[in-house]
Amino acid sequence: MTTQHAISVEKLNVSFGDSHVVKDLSFAVAPGESYGIVGESGSGKSTVLRVLAGLNRDWSGEVDILGKRQPKLRDKAFYRAAQMVFQDPYGSLHPKKTVDDTLAEPLAIHGVRDAEAKISRAMQDVGLPTSFRFRYPHQLSGGQRQRVAIARALVLEPTILLLDEPTSALDVSIQAEVLNLLQALRHERKLTYILVSHDLAVVGHMCERLLVMQFGRGVEEMTAATLAARAPQTAYAQQLLTASEGFRRAG
Amino acid sequence: MSDHATSPVSWHSWLTTTSPESRRQAKLGQLYRQWLAFKKNPAAVVGLVIVLALLLLAAFAPLIAQYDPLAQALDQRLLAPSAKHWFGTDALGRDIFSRIVYGTRVTLVIVMLVVITVGPLGLLIGCAAGYFGGWIDTVLMRITDVFLAFPRLVLALAFVAALGPGLENAVIAIAFTAWPPYARVARAETMIIRNADYISAMRLQGASQMRIVLKHIVPMCVPSLIVRTTYDMAGIIIIAAGLGFLGLGAQPPIPEWGAMISTGREQIFDQWWVATFPGIAICVVALGFNLLGDGLRDVLDAR
Repeated sequence: MTTQHAISVEKLNVSFGDSHVVKDLSFAVAPGESYGIVGESGSGKSTVLRVLAGLNRDWSGEVDILGKRQPKLRDKAFYRAAQMVFQDPYGSLHPKKTVDDTLAEPLAIHGVRDAEAKISRAMQDVGLPTSFRFRYPHQLSGGQRQRVAIARALVLEPTILLLDEPTSALDVSIQAEVLNLLQALRHERKLTYILVSHDLAVVGHMCERLLVMQFGRGVEEMTAATLAARAPQTAYAQQLLTASEGFRRAG
Repeated sequence: MSDHATSPVSWHSWLTTTSPESRRQAKLGQLYRQWLAFKKNPAAVVGLVIVLALLLLAAFAPLIAQYDPLAQALDQRLLAPSAKHWFGTDALGRDIFSRIVYGTRVTLVIVMLVVITVGPLGLLIGCAAGYFGGWIDTVLMRITDVFLAFPRLVLALAFVAALGPGLENAVIAIAFTAWPPYARVARAETMIIRNADYISAMRLQGASQMRIVLKHIVPMCVPSLIVRTTYDMAGIIIIAAGLGFLGLGAQPPIPEWGAMISTGREQIFDQWWVATFPGIAICVVALGFNLLGDGLRDVLDAR
């Protein structure tokens, strides 16, 4: 049962002190699928992602990734299989490392040979010209930084990519570019995505299935087709959908 | 690349290019941009000039001083400044200018020894405490608090009194008392960046704790520690001079500035030059390091 899922989460609970931020959450993602998690700020969606990535260790429940039960402390094999792209490209790149340093580091950690070629390839895949290779983050724009972050996540050739609002810190004109890049990469490399976002339009564009979260609980799981048809079952999902269409002038 | 070396204009463009071709070029370009920013601050440049002058004086002391700093000439005691003895002579007839020039070596040895012991020690303790937190943080920071609880000069005095007077012991004593602020600075810096996404990203790549601290956290703390060190050099020089003045630092006849002031204090009203010139030397060098620290802060610690 667990082997056919890329990721499966059973009864996940996360608490920070007194506040119970994720409550009995369960979902499963098939290999090659793109799965969205949507919700307002504070709904616990980013926390779920950090648990999956192994960055948050205070949780209970069962997390299986690629058919393997995951302990709180992940092993090196996990990090080669799953990587994450952070929300804010201004905070996710080390300010004193060039693009080259940033991409070389994961390869050095895992003792991957042929780093030169791998770095060039990763840069090419995310559409960064080679002339950017020895630039520092402060010499890059937001969109370029996010491309570097994506390249860093891909350089180890993982099968799962965890995306934490990968475009919400970017300019609207850049957002589409980065989303299309992520789409193309997924098809090319048969990646499994989990995309966390508060933006229903982004999730509708990127994902085949999505989960709506509220107050740490999964409210409704639906397909992109349901979303496109504006036919969610629950009141909260309906409300979220209405809200995402923007405000209407009263009267 | 040889054509770059021929003209200064292409050097400039080679260094400031936005698409460097190698790691070295990127690194040098970064340094060059910092130098350009540093140059804009005239006070900092004055500080740099003073510190460079100090280094040159120490390196070429035998060429600059006309007299042996240790040679006594009792028939020429306490001569006022003149063309022959620029800064006059002291109670044993030694040329004060020559002693001050040679004294730069003593000062630099003290400062350098303190800095190379204190910097890495404070950095490691601070980064470890800040990154790991929990009981490691508590233990390390309480030890730091114990050292911080004493005034520096008093603690240094206690150490020298226990170890015995002398230059090496003065260095050890100053180093012992100088590290806690460095640990504090490094810890504060580390606590800000340990939850940054780029550190999480490193963790997510399977980097070991050691690797994260040494390769990713330490480089972020180094600039503020360099700045702190440069500021501190003035303090270190003054404490070294203070220990010398109290007879616990460099022992006679070593030409140490603090000890020179101390021997000059008996003649301070009649032969003012004996104590004044070493005092001016300490003042100028301390000022130089402070100005340099200011400039470095603006360049390295910019936020």
